[in-house]
Amino acid sequence: MSTKMVLATVVSQEQLLGDVYSMWLDVGDMAGDAKAGQFIALYSSDHSRLLPRPISICEVAPEKGSLRIVYRVVGKGTEEFSGYQAGDPVRITGPLGNGYPLLKAPAILVAGGIGIPPMLELARRLDCEKTIVLGYKDKLFLNKDFEPYGKVVISTEDGSCGVHGNALDAIREAKVTGQVIYSCGPTPMLRAVKAYAEAQGIEAYISLEEKMACGIGACLACVCNSTEVDDHSHVHNKRICKDGPVFNAREVIL
Amino acid sequence: MISTKVNLAGVELKNPVMVASGTFGSGAEFSEFFDLSGLGAVVTKGVANVPWPGNPAPRIAETPSGMLNAIGLQNPGIDVFVKRDLPFLADYDTKVIVNVCGHSTEEYLEVVERLADEPVVSMLEINISCPNVKEGGIAFGTSAKAVEDITKAVKARAKQPVIMKLSPNVTDITEMARAAEAGGADCLSMINTITGMKIDIERQTFAIANKTGGLSGPAIRPVAVRMVYQTAQAVRIPIIGMGGITCAEDAIEFLLAGATAVSVGTASFNDPFTAMNVVTGIEAYMTRHHVADINDLIGIVK
Repeated sequence: MSTKMVLATVVSQEQLLGDVYSMWLDVGDMAGDAKAGQFIALYSSDHSRLLPRPISICEVAPEKGSLRIVYRVVGKGTEEFSGYQAGDPVRITGPLGNGYPLLKAPAILVAGGIGIPPMLELARRLDCEKTIVLGYKDKLFLNKDFEPYGKVVISTEDGSCGVHGNALDAIREAKVTGQVIYSCGPTPMLRAVKAYAEAQGIEAYISLEEKMACGIGACLACVCNSTEVDDHSHVHNKRICKDGPVFNAREVIL
Repeated sequence: MISTKVNLAGVELKNPVMVASGTFGSGAEFSEFFDLSGLGAVVTKGVANVPWPGNPAPRIAETPSGMLNAIGLQNPGIDVFVKRDLPFLADYDTKVIVNVCGHSTEEYLEVVERLADEPVVSMLEINISCPNVKEGGIAFGTSAKAVEDITKAVKARAKQPVIMKLSPNVTDITEMARAAEAGGADCLSMINTITGMKIDIERQTFAIANKTGGLSGPAIRPVAVRMVYQTAQAVRIPIIGMGGITCAEDAIEFLLAGATAVSVGTASFNDPFTAMNVVTGIEAYMTRHHVADINDLIGIVK
């Protein structure tokens, strides 16, 4: 592992819609080290906000030494980031976490809301037949970026585009099949994905989130319940930041 | 030539900078960022006689210039700790202080006895101040009689010098400090976190699952400095000061107030290099103020 803290520079910032922003960061070697499903931690320049914000890596461009994050403004920290412009510095650590395994089996990528961004780098790297199922509340973002990498199936909760319903409804309605699922999104969706994979008898790799403090596995804030005894504390708590964020769905209890 | 060496109950530290229990694990994660040998001491996450699962998530919430935590002392228990974490720490040229937690006197003593013959362990820090566990922890730290009793019980079995970690969640911390001293404590650590609460108004529930958590970070620093100062006037044993230290200047405040050593805690989450920056920053301060021996700074503000 080559986790580093660096002073990154904003390359570009774009508002994709309402509260969703896309930012490219010049990060040097970190771009080449990063795997799909890993994340970076961004520190606020306001020292009254102590904790780094964990944000998933959406895309990397190792040849340029840059990586992209697509994030939603949910509080003061992300609001600050959304105001950054090209040339602004931002302190980050990364790459953090484990990332998705890259299997050869026909894959279904299932993502919902702000869980969609990390699936883009995964879609780029997976060398297999794949269907990409993207669930939105109403307005779409990033969906066009996925089109070069596989068949894209859309669902919206308000029925304004694609299947009316959630990502699982879309899988059923579009009769999407595959031998492995990769997923990221809200916990109710991941719970449904886990149940669906178990019913189908296939593997599912899901990316979890939780409030984090250190981001490197030391503070034990961001734990999830695990089916097996964990290696760190020998209880049933895996660290999302270090042991995850990606878990085989069978490893965790949601 | 400046000297940053300090002496804590007979244990000599190369510098007064350590890390606060619970913010640094047993050092493995932070060792990817810097050489732990640069620290005066590593204070480990609390360790109990058996593995503890801790509290449900969410376990933390950010607050202005601080954070609340209710981890609940998740730890692998003394067996794994002795086999895995102590050999790891033995490879570094730093002192190892093990934080000990328990639900009962017997549980504390079991850990203290297991560590008695571990040469890697320089000191024990007894956690009688965790606000996030229902039994033990803070229950031992908020009555003078209980503080004195647990200190005596630990001292009777411990082979290493004993640090009692005090809670700020009391009316008069100097009373607890005197009780620890009367019980035979060799040193004091202060302060642990201050009990607080945050409510998530969108979800209309508590921000952390445990409802209450311990407040740490710069928000509590003035409280910590005040308590260290008052305690330094009240006892003769050395004090390890902590609470919101983010830089050398913050650490110097604690030294001037009467702390012999300091711990960096929450600030390591904001920057993993903070503790090392405090070490170098203290040296720069000493040079700037023409102080040759760091002991000449300790407790001089009265």
